[in-house]
Amino acid sequence: MSRRKKTEPYVRLTQPLVRDAGVLRPATWDEALDKAAEGFRRNVANGGPDAFGMFSCARATNEMNYMAQKFTRAVIGTNNVDSCNRTCHAPSVAGLAKVFGSGGGTSSYQEIEDADLIVLWGSNAREAHPIFFQHVLRAVNKGAKLYVVDPRLTSTGKWAHGWLRLKVGTDIPLAHAIAREIIASNLTNMSFVERATEGFQEFVKAVEPWTLPVAELETGVPAALIRELAHAYAKADRGQLSWTLGITEHHNGTNNVLSLINLSLLTGQVGRYGAGLNPLRGQNNVQGGGDMGAIPDRLPGFQDITDPSVAKKFNDAWGSNFKAAKGWNLTQMLEAMERGDMTTVYIIGENPVQSEADCEHTIKRLSNLDHVVVQDIFLTKTAQLAHVVLPAAAAWCETDGTFTNSERRVQRVRKALTPPEGARDDIEIMGEIATRLGADWQHKTGQDVWDELRSLSPIHTGMTYDRLEALGGIQWPCPSEDSLEPSFLHGRLWEEDPVKRGMPATFSPVPHSPPVDELTNEFPFRLTTGRRLDSYNTGVQSSGFESPLRMGETLDLCPQDALMLGVEAGEEVAITSRRGQIQAPVRIDDGLTPGLVFMTFHFPDEIDVNIITIEATCPIAGTAEYKAAAIRIDKLPVKVG
Amino acid sequence: MTIVEIGLPKRLVELTLDGESVRVPEGATILDACTAQGKSIPTLCYGDTLKPANACRVCMVEVEGARTLVPSCSRKVEPGMVVRTDSERTRHSRKLVLELLGSATDLSTTPHVDEWMSACGADPARFGPDAATVAQPIKVDNPLYVRDLGKCIMCYKCVDACGDQWQNTFAISVAGRGFDSRISTEFSVPLPESACVYCGNCIEVCPTGALSFKREHDKREDGTWDEEAQTQTTTICTFCGVGCNLTLHVQDNEIVKVTSPHESTVTHGNLCIKGRFGWQHVQNR
Amino acid sequence: MDLKLLDVEPSEAERVVVDLFTGTGRDQLLPALHAVNDRVGWISQGALNHICRVLHVPPAEAYGVASFYSLFSLTERPAKIVHVCVDLACQVNGAKALCDRLTDELGPAGARSGWLRSPCLGVCEKAPAALAFEAGEVAKEQLLAPTHAGEVIAVAAGGPSPVDGERAEVPQAGAAGLRLLKRVGVVDPESLDDYRATGGYAALRTALLLGPSGVIREVTDAKLMGRGGAAFPTGRKWDATARRPVRPHYLVCNADESEPGTFKDRLLMEGDPFAVIESMTIAGFAAGCSRGYLYLRGEYPRALHLLRNAIARARERNFLGENIMGHEGFSFDIEIRRGAGAYICGEETAIFNSIEGFRGEPRSKPPFPVESGLFGKPTVVNNVETLVNVPVILTEGCEAYTRIGTEASTGPKLFCLSGNVSRPGVYEVPFGTTLGELLDLAGGVPPGRELRAVLLGGAAGGFVRPDELDLPLTMEDARAAGTTLGSGVVLVLDDTADLGSFLLRIAAFFRDESCGQCVPCRIGTVRQEEAMHRLVGKRPLSTSAEDLQLLREVGQVMRDSSICGLGQTAWNAIESALDRLGYAEEAAS
Repeated sequence: MSRRKKTEPYVRLTQPLVRDAGVLRPATWDEALDKAAEGFRRNVANGGPDAFGMFSCARATNEMNYMAQKFTRAVIGTNNVDSCNRTCHAPSVAGLAKVFGSGGGTSSYQEIEDADLIVLWGSNAREAHPIFFQHVLRAVNKGAKLYVVDPRLTSTGKWAHGWLRLKVGTDIPLAHAIAREIIASNLTNMSFVERATEGFQEFVKAVEPWTLPVAELETGVPAALIRELAHAYAKADRGQLSWTLGITEHHNGTNNVLSLINLSLLTGQVGRYGAGLNPLRGQNNVQGGGDMGAIPDRLPGFQDITDPSVAKKFNDAWGSNFKAAKGWNLTQMLEAMERGDMTTVYIIGENPVQSEADCEHTIKRLSNLDHVVVQDIFLTKTAQLAHVVLPAAAAWCETDGTFTNSERRVQRVRKALTPPEGARDDIEIMGEIATRLGADWQHKTGQDVWDELRSLSPIHTGMTYDRLEALGGIQWPCPSEDSLEPSFLHGRLWEEDPVKRGMPATFSPVPHSPPVDELTNEFPFRLTTGRRLDSYNTGVQSSGFESPLRMGETLDLCPQDALMLGVEAGEEVAITSRRGQIQAPVRIDDGLTPGLVFMTFHFPDEIDVNIITIEATCPIAGTAEYKAAAIRIDKLPVKVG
Repeated sequence: MTIVEIGLPKRLVELTLDGESVRVPEGATILDACTAQGKSIPTLCYGDTLKPANACRVCMVEVEGARTLVPSCSRKVEPGMVVRTDSERTRHSRKLVLELLGSATDLSTTPHVDEWMSACGADPARFGPDAATVAQPIKVDNPLYVRDLGKCIMCYKCVDACGDQWQNTFAISVAGRGFDSRISTEFSVPLPESACVYCGNCIEVCPTGALSFKREHDKREDGTWDEEAQTQTTTICTFCGVGCNLTLHVQDNEIVKVTSPHESTVTHGNLCIKGRFGWQHVQNR
Repeated sequence: MDLKLLDVEPSEAERVVVDLFTGTGRDQLLPALHAVNDRVGWISQGALNHICRVLHVPPAEAYGVASFYSLFSLTERPAKIVHVCVDLACQVNGAKALCDRLTDELGPAGARSGWLRSPCLGVCEKAPAALAFEAGEVAKEQLLAPTHAGEVIAVAAGGPSPVDGERAEVPQAGAAGLRLLKRVGVVDPESLDDYRATGGYAALRTALLLGPSGVIREVTDAKLMGRGGAAFPTGRKWDATARRPVRPHYLVCNADESEPGTFKDRLLMEGDPFAVIESMTIAGFAAGCSRGYLYLRGEYPRALHLLRNAIARARERNFLGENIMGHEGFSFDIEIRRGAGAYICGEETAIFNSIEGFRGEPRSKPPFPVESGLFGKPTVVNNVETLVNVPVILTEGCEAYTRIGTEASTGPKLFCLSGNVSRPGVYEVPFGTTLGELLDLAGGVPPGRELRAVLLGGAAGGFVRPDELDLPLTMEDARAAGTTLGSGVVLVLDDTADLGSFLLRIAAFFRDESCGQCVPCRIGTVRQEEAMHRLVGKRPLSTSAEDLQLLREVGQVMRDSSICGLGQTAWNAIESALDRLGYAEEAAS
């Protein structure tokens, strides 16, 4: 018998709410907008522009993200804008941008189909990115080899020719060992390394200690299998390396990403048709959010905010005066809230209370704030903490605009439904607040916003709505309306002319750093988290339909551990970390190994897994270590009576 | 210098199509050649995203020198081929195939079949009232799909979409043999016990309505399904970052069905359970 | 792949036999199904599930394959089942009366009563026939032919004896001048030494000396044509395969002899199994194949045992395996694959799907097997009788061989005489022998009867009248006369035969054996049978003329638009009965 109630589907918000005497009550749009604007004005007046933070939305359109960062920079005058890409792929963007200058996956899906070797590292694409995995399977069915690196044997891993079962948090030793083996076997692509990279010698030194036996000991992957993958990757004519949150959701996620990028530099598996590096993005527009500058360190089109000439271009265009300096990322904003440096936030379509690691901590921080405005389609757990709640239209089906996918393809989003009476378009709401704050913002359609973006972002300049329509989307970069670029990035690295080749790609001799949440006798199990096929993130959207596959939250463990703990499938157990305790029923999964357990995070209203996950974050990108918590599992006392 | 994939070199092949000389790229099928010439050939088991199944035999044409008629959907053009799409033999074949199908199967929700039948004068009733049919009860064993196999013409498209051509889930197969063959899970277990992952890619390719979405089925049953009143708008899925194209079929400001454009280079008409069914949240109002 | 299995486990016995397939894959699906069927008599959910686990096959697909074959049952049935032939030759020889008795004594055919009606068992010379299977630790099979109700009932009650040592018999046994049948019924089929003592493996030695292209030249110049029914030049097939750069190449010996009234290949395999193995080895050498599959129909247990023995003996003496006969670099081996009750698997592309572990459905051609056959590789498919002509060609020389038969149809030919004939059996005659001469050889119709018709070529063939007995039996003469030699069936009907029932059986056969893949055949064979029932029963839809018109139209679309030869020929025999034997007028009257 389960004590858990089934999550009730969320119901659309159709009326603004304002907090009155501690309670949210319905209000008119005018009252709510006035109150929202007034609070922002008050806090900025008291604490300066940096007292304000914008949580932009990775599920909203490019146009809305562009306007959100413009609102933050041009209306408020701060660079404190970020989005939930912080919880997933910020390390990918940071890593790729550091090495190559832009933070996108380098290949197209068609190139995946045409590859000879595909490595999926920390990715359960079969369940989390099913249609991407169809492209992978097209390649496999044509004869390509698939290697999967994952602590769990997932449904993705079951398709692999080789499964590298590494211990959680040992990605860098594994990557370094692969690199060392490639170097030692004389499989380095020296013409690429010499022509297009820097730092090779330092890198060789850094990986030197990671011999196969040492790596086997540290990662748990048999030396022969490490060697096999190293040779397969180095020898493949077209090698693809893709990763997901298994790489990024660690306290050193950016270094993990860099360690994979090293492999592509070593073998020349980048900048060519069919060879590339591809982070699989978890949300429909997490790529676009970053592309649009809704991140604290980049302006639209990955333009460097610290470059005064770039900042000037934007300030001139907007008539604004923001600084050419990095703002705070989401993690830093949360810390600033705790310190009291940040006192107000504008949260658009995000649910940090349930999506952030160590969520009790997040609630405390948000509760510190003087003024919280949440704009969403549902009254989420985060919205329940707000001072003003503004009902929004659903971006993907109730607005016109664009999204950008994992292959950098900008595609048209079209309005198919009229939003429910009372809900309003995100851009329109932002415009109302901006106007109340004294900015001169006329109402703009999605296309108007897009054309403004195109005029400021060279990589988007050639993408008119008409072309997006006619071509079924266009991959960036697209600087000209008259031509299309190759489907892969960084072909410049292969140019013989150093001028055309541009900035060399640098090897990153990153250090190994095991998970922060240490395994001890008290907390002997490693908990890792991930997605299931039919559910999505915090379940706010996916709970809306009835899925025959859905089984709710479970604690998955291997048969040996179940036997050792004396627990059976379906039995409710207590799960304790250094941060908190939850209960969940046990599920037996042969794909796990002793000491490793798994949970999703899809059902926070029933079982909030982020109570026990750790908030240790990547210092570069700010992403939390969702993939490695230390926990204890206890049988519940038998109830009497 | 970078090398950009441009595909294999293509030559043109010259053939005679209904007396006219035409040139089409090497590797094209007779059906491709017909389509390029604006000739409409009826097809049922042909799928624009699938390899030819060659099963329905509605698209047969006559090729000079061939002992039998040939399926235009799969036969590739050859230099000097002489093809007739409207000869006595092809007309007879098309008429009989439609009559045989109509005599055994409920084609009431198969698009275009009425036009084709009247065009060639097909009369499925001529096999008599006792002609065997594949009629059987509708299967409703889950909240998302309905299987009405009395409408199934055994075109193999759902099996191919579920199998190695796209989804690689292999939840369904053809079972049995001959007239008794049918699309089935192992031991005919209900879908929730099978490997089905509810991607709906089988329904996307079903040409007869034998497979349908529960919402559509229910609305048809209670008489509220009104295709005339529906709009179709293509947008992008809100789950994950792959960027799947969704075509929302909207009736009375409600999403009633989701398909995916077959020409999309992202999806090729395929979706997962979330894209196909995860839209209810926006209309919980 | 990420398989999802049912939550059902196999019995211990099922697990043990399936576990033997650990480490293999999809192409062992049919053998694994046989292993379970041999052990317990049917395929349970748990057994199928376990097969899927071991072979990595999706359960829905394995179910689709298992349910394709009539020898398998996916519902529980007793370990012991007797298959009673009700097909053409047995029907003419009292199968109906036999089945009536069994229905009275044992109950209606079905799993519960322990007997089933079966399509042709390929022992037409000893009709009526039955075949008993008993599953167990050692599976047993027993052929009952000719049989009678008492024997079937006794076996159904007591269980079959293990395969007997009875020798293959042919009426011409030991006669001078035989080439294909020279050892059948004369030489011990289990002894490799006896085989070699009678000239065995001389041809392979010649082949190794000639080299692959030399062998192909001999076979081409001998004008050897396929004996399975399609009469395609064998040399051209081998040459086209040998020239393909893609490796490996495969050889498939089509021993799925299922055309009703055909039993010549069974007699060759039972009477001279080493000749089949040697012939395959030569073919493999010529076409560059490293592996041969011998696809044997599931209803031939005795041939199975003798061929298994022959392969084992040949391996022992290095006539199979690596560097055969000391010929450096020539390696070849043979795997036997048992069919499981599906006529369609004798179609040359369906046989590939069956071997690969898929449903035995024909593939669309092109591509042809020589380009893309078994496992997508260049493949030679030859019928048993075709292959055993090869040693004759190589030992006698192609010139001598072409002097046998006629200009266009060279060599000796086997015919299967059955039905109302005095001495049924397989006969070897040169091409060009007339039908009348052949009938005389077999003693004609039984005394006191009149010849009514001859079904030539099998269910997919056609009828000829008593006034056409001067027809020379050659490919070209048969074609000119609007009929076919097909697989060599000569099924004789005298004036006691019930032509209507005979035609109904033909219609039922095609309906049963249609794979169901294409519409013309799947539905057309049903409509053809329905119309034949109305015609024979004189219960027309409106008029018999209309039913005849319907038949002709359905027949035409099956012939024009079916995927494979089964559908394309499913109307041949009935059409010839209507037109050549005048059954159209008879039915309309």
